[in-house]
Amino acid sequence: MLVSKQTIAKPTGSPVSQPAQPVEEQRQRRGSRLLLLLLLLLGGLVLTITLAVTLGPVPINPLTVWQIIGSHLFGTEAGEWSRAHDQIVWLIRLPRVLLAAVIGAGLAVVGTAMQATVRNPIADPYILGISAGASIGAVLVILFGLQVFGLYSLSVAAFLGALAAFAIVFTLAQQQGRLPPVRLILVGVAASYVFSAITSFLIFRAHDTRQTQAVLFWLAGSVASAKWSFLLIPTVVIVVGTAILVLQARSMNALVAGEETAVTLGVDTNRFRKELMALSALLTGVMVAVAGAIGFVGLIMPHAVRLFVGADHRRVLPVSVLVGAIFLIWVDVLARTIVAPEELPLGVITAFVGGPFFLWLLRRRGQAFGGSGR
Amino acid sequence: MRLCIEHVSWQVDGAAILRDTTLTVEPGEFVGLIGPNGSGKSSLLRTIYRVVKPNAGLVTLNEEDIWKLSVREAARRTAVVLQESPSEFDFTVEELVFMGRTPHKGLTDRETDEDHRIVYDALDRVGMATFVQRHFSTLSGGEKQRVLVARALAQQARFLVLDEPTNHLDIRYQIEILDLVGSLGVTTLAALHDLNLAAAYCDRIYVVSRGEIVAAGIPGEVLQPALIREVFGIGAEVQPHPRTGKPYLIFFSENGSAPAQPAAAGA
Repeated sequence: MLVSKQTIAKPTGSPVSQPAQPVEEQRQRRGSRLLLLLLLLLGGLVLTITLAVTLGPVPINPLTVWQIIGSHLFGTEAGEWSRAHDQIVWLIRLPRVLLAAVIGAGLAVVGTAMQATVRNPIADPYILGISAGASIGAVLVILFGLQVFGLYSLSVAAFLGALAAFAIVFTLAQQQGRLPPVRLILVGVAASYVFSAITSFLIFRAHDTRQTQAVLFWLAGSVASAKWSFLLIPTVVIVVGTAILVLQARSMNALVAGEETAVTLGVDTNRFRKELMALSALLTGVMVAVAGAIGFVGLIMPHAVRLFVGADHRRVLPVSVLVGAIFLIWVDVLARTIVAPEELPLGVITAFVGGPFFLWLLRRRGQAFGGSGR
Repeated sequence: MRLCIEHVSWQVDGAAILRDTTLTVEPGEFVGLIGPNGSGKSSLLRTIYRVVKPNAGLVTLNEEDIWKLSVREAARRTAVVLQESPSEFDFTVEELVFMGRTPHKGLTDRETDEDHRIVYDALDRVGMATFVQRHFSTLSGGEKQRVLVARALAQQARFLVLDEPTNHLDIRYQIEILDLVGSLGVTTLAALHDLNLAAAYCDRIYVVSRGEIVAAGIPGEVLQPALIREVFGIGAEVQPHPRTGKPYLIFFSENGSAPAQPAAAGA
């Protein structure tokens, strides 16, 4: 639709170009629509957690699940369930389901942050080499038993590996104090290959097949080791990290809108990008430390969410948190049920389920991004 | 707003991109920056919107050194319309124009009714109010440019910088955009590649060549055949525009291969 020159030249708007509804009303409607979506997803998350706890070799009634949870949280009256059920729910399944939720949420948020950092939808902790760096740390511990930090050696080593990888990628990608996005991706990909090669070499040199098996399982991600004591740190870090990112959502929008545009909108892009990368590395390190290197979630969750709610990070971030959590819980349910009593690594399922789902989305709503492009 | 660029120089790896450039834009003026590709027009503009920090010289807005301001403060004073498109992330028109409010918003601030009024007023002024829910990538070149102008308006800056705002636009949109900018009454500095448009819309013109300002003044004084030949390497004839009386340039090649006269080909 073209607007006549007269309309444009007028200093104030003509009645013709007024939106159909009062601005106020439109805006409130859109605001409440986001709230409704978030409430729905929150309901979906509670439902998902409940169902996920009921599923397993020993089926447990959903009501019993909540009674057991209630009895532990508030000391409410013990009902008619066995001690075994209590232990399955409280000690085994619930921490595991909650860890999956936290990791899923965190991966989706980190993916969103990294994609904004490089202004490119092709970015996640994997592509930028951070997961691969964490893997080296973890593999060293598993294969050579470097138990410097006792029980937490694996986690600490993975965390340090992630930060080291971040430092290396970050330093190499810098150019005169700037962090050009394409360079960051290229350096990340190259570093990722080198790190993976080191990991492969270490595995190849290992002789104990059980250890090799353990490494391979860790590499593809798992929340099987979940305990209540493992939940605290990732939960706090991811909640705080997400809150920081949500506060920065406006700047993320500006950054994504254009490298120079962001500066003209008052965002110190150079500093902001470094902060985003550092925060992403920290979150990734914490997640990889407890759950291994789970691929694909960080890459596709932000995409899938953007297809439905658009590009505005003030919507993308909170929605990603909930969708990521729900998604990874179901992935974990599949991982522990489809080949029970064996378990599949999460990465296998995220790729198997996520890949085709994403391709389907892309083809169905392809015009939504990249379709008509520049 | 009064912009002063004083003796600004910028080198990259020893190569001088800008040499001792000095330029002023008085409050309310529409000033054009012309020059061949690679002459330093965009670089000069970048020193104003703080993407390029000059090695020497001073850039001031109302006597304040812009490099002493924070990025946010600078963005509240200067709005910029660039050629950048918003990458792979497809925002709606409304979201893009709301970004103009970014420099006015703290971390925990929410959008107020006032922000909405400003954004919709800006969209109205560029005639895009009915496009709020459209995705930017689905717009035509002219519509995109108008949305970016609306964002600059929503920024409520008192100084406007435009980098080739008519690039890739049909002639109709070129004229519309410049009409629009001219009608805003905001102090404006624009890099323009079309000399006739520059002549028609600018109060004053600066000519940039190889990183230096080689001429400045009102269009009628600056746009002379000798200068065009020297700076752009082509011939030009200047006539008064039959309608507006502003200088109008007709270009021709000076390489001796002027179009053959039809008479010469005959019997």
